[in-house]
Amino acid sequence: MLSLVSSMVRREVALSYRKRAEYCMPVLFFILVSLLFPLAMAPHPALLKALGPTVLWVAVILAVLLSVGSLFHSDFYDGSLEQWVLSPYPLSLLVLLKGVTQWAMLIIPLVGVVPIMAVFFHLSWQGIIFLWITLIIGSSHLYLLGMGMAALIVGLRNSGLLLALLLLPLYIPTLIFASATVRLADQGLPLAAPLASLGALCVLSWVLAPPVTAVALRIGVAYDH
Amino acid sequence: MTIKMYLSAKHCYRLCCLLQPWVLFLGIMAGIIGLLDGLVWAPADYQQGEVYRILFIHVPAAVLSLGVYCIMALAAVIYLIWKIRVVDVIAKVSAPVGALFTLLTLITGSLWGKPTWGTYWIWDARLTSELILFFIYCGIMAIRSAFTEPFLAAQASGVMTLVGLVNIPIVHYSVVWWNTLHQSASILKWGKPSMVPSMLSPLLWMLLAYSFYYLAILLVNVRYELLKQAKNTTWVHTLFNKN
Repeated sequence: MLSLVSSMVRREVALSYRKRAEYCMPVLFFILVSLLFPLAMAPHPALLKALGPTVLWVAVILAVLLSVGSLFHSDFYDGSLEQWVLSPYPLSLLVLLKGVTQWAMLIIPLVGVVPIMAVFFHLSWQGIIFLWITLIIGSSHLYLLGMGMAALIVGLRNSGLLLALLLLPLYIPTLIFASATVRLADQGLPLAAPLASLGALCVLSWVLAPPVTAVALRIGVAYDH
Repeated sequence: MTIKMYLSAKHCYRLCCLLQPWVLFLGIMAGIIGLLDGLVWAPADYQQGEVYRILFIHVPAAVLSLGVYCIMALAAVIYLIWKIRVVDVIAKVSAPVGALFTLLTLITGSLWGKPTWGTYWIWDARLTSELILFFIYCGIMAIRSAFTEPFLAAQASGVMTLVGLVNIPIVHYSVVWWNTLHQSASILKWGKPSMVPSMLSPLLWMLLAYSFYYLAILLVNVRYELLKQAKNTTWVHTLFNKN
């Protein structure tokens, strides 16, 4: 089992390393989307400070949506997914390993650029720290939920807009809880309630997403356009 | 004559033909009684005056928008486990009806909101979660139409329906804790309804009318889908040669 885990993780890391330009895209996208807001409005520091948590979290959601959409594409086209479905290992474990590895690699650069973005939006130190915390908790939920839907439509061509239509309504609770946590932290108010709800969502998706993704993947792989 | 028999397309079609006129008749009757009772006989509200009468259109639509989703989720579970085609047909034709009920709830609600709350739209918990429900219905219909293979389309939209079902209470409570203005439940709650009988009875009639309307639309569409799916079978040919 340990060798399975290590070989899956090494495979995902190596594949991402060989496509470095593609790997950097979500974080650049995150920065650019966040920058559109100050440029589009009158950039008063007070206004930016009030809108910052919301804007940054909307950008996180869009970046996750962008990166989760292509999660299974190369595996689908080179036939790896069919091998996974046929392999003796439980499919839910395989997709969990892939999803968690890819999520971890997505989140590292995002965590890295958060302080810079926080400077742009005049967030306080508490705001930055809780942006980090909500990013780590909330984005794993987003990624695992998105993985299930991406698996379902892996065989469809031009599925980007469809994925957005399926996922954005499901992402709303995370957006509410995460941006509320950061906003409350930035203002120095008690934030246990939204943070706990975010944690509950995260636990729920870690438990439910792997079996759902496995079911979805069997449907998605069967579809041959 | 067992229930199992009606799971085959042929007998299900016959059952639909048999039920359809009755369901339609009961629906129209309940609708006439409910509208007369609600618009003419029920007293005006002491605070809202005559405006409140939109309630008899708004509340049944809201109840059905959630009820239809529950039926679709049940159908999705049954389909994903036992692969009964007739059950998937029910899920398929329910989605547009459910989406329309949701839209009707939103429209009547905002028309009611303008005179009473002073605004067509407010980012209130119930309004927001109803809007999200509408988008989830759209997603279910979109994913079904994206697959050209009907068997996989059915399974994919079933999975989406169930993921949405898990998410609906989460969405609901996330927005409840976030902000709220809409009044709380007056009928579907523990204890006695907090509504006078003269206003409650038209509401229940309208609820009945909406349910029978949904059932009638369901039966018509199920018949159409069954014929379309089984157009090359002998029972369809004999049915149409006889007529």
